Amino acid sequence: MKFGIVTFPGSNCDYDAYHAVIDQLGERAVYLWHKARDLEGVDVVILPGGFSYGDYLRAGAIARFSPIMHEVASHARRGGPVIGICNGFQILCEAHLLPGALMRNSGLKFVSKPVRLRVENTDTLFTHRYEAGQVLRMPIAHGEGRYVADRATLERLEDEGRVVFRYVDAHGEPTTEANPNGSLHAIAGIVSAEGNVLGMMPHPERAVEPLLGSVDGLGIFHSVLERVAA
Amino acid sequence: MSYFRVAIHIVPRRGLLDPQGKAVSDALHALGFSGVRDARIGRFIVLEMEASDAMDADASVRQMCERLLANPVTEDFEIEGVHVIEGAHVT
Repeated sequence: MKFGIVTFPGSNCDYDAYHAVIDQLGERAVYLWHKARDLEGVDVVILPGGFSYGDYLRAGAIARFSPIMHEVASHARRGGPVIGICNGFQILCEAHLLPGALMRNSGLKFVSKPVRLRVENTDTLFTHRYEAGQVLRMPIAHGEGRYVADRATLERLEDEGRVVFRYVDAHGEPTTEANPNGSLHAIAGIVSAEGNVLGMMPHPERAVEPLLGSVDGLGIFHSVLERVAA
Repeated sequence: MSYFRVAIHIVPRRGLLDPQGKAVSDALHALGFSGVRDARIGRFIVLEMEASDAMDADASVRQMCERLLANPVTEDFEIEGVHVIEGAHVT
């Protein structure tokens, strides 16, 4: 299976994603330059973390108009899997491929640390290899990760099981203290209505081998791999 | 065609937490400005642009705000003023 990792000026987790796919999954991956107008036949698109366009104006606001995003949107409309991590999640929201927006962390600080996530829905393209309610460890590294959406959107996300990851504490409970950025409903990751677009602030590609302190991110890659290869 | 200067205010939507604004309003209270009820911090954009007239400039900037300059989920924008720049030569 072939993954396409989009590189914008200012992306900095593109190599991490590449490493995860090539070395840990043993699958193929190509970098897709943001000015390209062709996805080179990839099966899965990853929008990696970083600071595309220096986060000027708003995180993701300018990247969403890159030529490649037109192709990414077409791929998503055809049902192709798209994974947006950190800055990639911000870009997906700006591009309206996912609802809501990511605002400045409530504590104003850039937060870089491992967090706990609870898997809220295992019936998705990206999470079926996890167990329901499983608590994962993954790092976050962002200054603008506070997920917000209007009340109707939040209700819809909850009702449709589209909140896939929530920040939780050691007991698996979404407490205020365990929420690193003030996200509404402690939301760490969501999927699109059709289920083929995932956006999340934590970094699964940095949790793929024991050396990194966690292998909990692998489940996402294996989930999508199994479904798409099938 | 005329040449215009257009000022745009973009602020976080009321009701959404604006941590920067909150930190500033807390600091103002600490300084004794107890009358401050709320502070919201956004951005101020000044554009210089060509347009056939002021209404055209305003309509065009409104589209810019809706498509790029402001995020409709989290921000409100206000076009403060459209001013003709006198003496500018437009070809």
